[in-house]
Amino acid sequence: MDYRYCVLALEVQDLSVRFGEFQALEGVSLAVPEGAFVAIVGPNGAGKSTLLKAILGLVPFRGKIRVLGRSLRETDPLWFGYVPQIKTFDRSFPALSLELVVTGLRRRWPFRLSSREKEEALAALSRVGAEALAFRPLGRLSGGQLQRVYLARALIRRPRILLLDEPATGVDRVGEVDLYRYLEAYQEESGATVLMITHDWEAAHHASHVLVLNRRVVGFGPPERALTEECLRQAFGHLGHAHGLYLGGGHA
Amino acid sequence: MPTGCIWGVGMLDALGYPFFQRALLAGLLVSLLSGLLSPFVVQRRLSFLGDGLAHAAFAGVALGLFLRGEPLWFALPFTFLVAMAITLVKEKTELSEDTAIGVFFALSVALGAVFLSKARGYVGDAMGYLFGSLLAVSPGDLWAMGLLLLFALFLLPLWGPLAYATLDRELALSDRVPVVLHDYLLSGFLAVSLVLAVKVVGIILVAAFLVIPGAAARLLSRTFAGLTLLSLLLAILSTVLGLFLSFLLDWPSGASIVLLQAVLFGLAFVKTVFSVRK
Repeated sequence: MDYRYCVLALEVQDLSVRFGEFQALEGVSLAVPEGAFVAIVGPNGAGKSTLLKAILGLVPFRGKIRVLGRSLRETDPLWFGYVPQIKTFDRSFPALSLELVVTGLRRRWPFRLSSREKEEALAALSRVGAEALAFRPLGRLSGGQLQRVYLARALIRRPRILLLDEPATGVDRVGEVDLYRYLEAYQEESGATVLMITHDWEAAHHASHVLVLNRRVVGFGPPERALTEECLRQAFGHLGHAHGLYLGGGHA
Repeated sequence: MPTGCIWGVGMLDALGYPFFQRALLAGLLVSLLSGLLSPFVVQRRLSFLGDGLAHAAFAGVALGLFLRGEPLWFALPFTFLVAMAITLVKEKTELSEDTAIGVFFALSVALGAVFLSKARGYVGDAMGYLFGSLLAVSPGDLWAMGLLLLFALFLLPLWGPLAYATLDRELALSDRVPVVLHDYLLSGFLAVSLVLAVKVVGIILVAAFLVIPGAAARLLSRTFAGLTLLSLLLAILSTVLGLFLSFLLDWPSGASIVLLQAVLFGLAFVKTVFSVRK
């Protein structure tokens, strides 16, 4: 047994999130071992992003969340590396990619970069194959390039928990393969826990755990146990044209 | 004597007058604060907030004239409260910020009109506040400005977190930056900065004072730090030159400063257009 799985990276108990009349999550409970790679799947509006935001303390919730044995208040923000789904950043903001990456270390916008910060940021960009983007204005990057820069920003702090909200959005097929390679390499060397929202069921098949979510936990466990026809039908209502995927892990 | 020399002598003359020295010092103090805030106003699209707060300052000045007190001491708390109220409505409801500003903008103008109508004998004083006047800055004002600017030094450590949340609010929140508290602080600093600038620039043009340096600097900057430094430089330059222009040509000081800022913006725009074509 891998020693990393002995500790719980994340314990969620009876988590509920409500936005006005809309119940985004209800009674969600799960325990994620440290070092696990969890793929979170579910239909649109299933509360996947809300779950990650609750873990980050971005939305008010009821229930309990513990990270590495600590309550959220006791956690250090630097434990978390977050790559949001929709880049809500202001594209007109004058910024270089390198500066955004350094916010991963400083948690504030840098007025001036020290040579050590520059080195670390370049190394983080290089790790995700984006060294060439270091001095490019953030507002002129494509969706795929932005994902790499945001990932470098998340990795530079060497997080213990990586929270990725559809990181492959806007990334071409080659870039997507690269992305998973970077994640695997980081996880291998650091033993970090990864929670990744994805609509790519093939990627989900390669995870150590899969969480099938539709406001409640529909299934959670190793891919062969969670990605069953019953779970997916329960979560999505129907399997549609993707019905061939859930068993084999091939392309739709 | 060549025209340049005449202007040079005129500028030296101006420096000999205590009222001009006070206006220059006040202008420098105000432009430091405005130059620092202007990049946030531009990047957070708060120029309408500047307009709204300027009208709140108008209501405060009118209240001061009506009660025969020092108008700035009424304008300062009134504008600050309006800034807090606008931010509160934005944070606590689903109304957009411009809607909240629109409501308080109208309320302020209505209150200002009522107060001014009751302070009939003092309407002439109100003109100085509307367009700014070199003669308006008293030694007491300078002390007050100095004190408030000391308080505004608290803004400096907030530059990094404010800039971070300006770029990506969600990312800043995920790093536990107290973004909402900073929104209130920024609104408060804008209110203070606006009221301080009213005597030199005037109520009508004071919002431009918070927008144009940042807008011109944005056209020429690749980084937010560069934008902030350039905005400070342009605010100081336009204020100093604008005040001299006001003295030499007998123009209202606010109009002189803002006209110079507009020229600087035009130059920055031309440079940007030509750089893109190349």
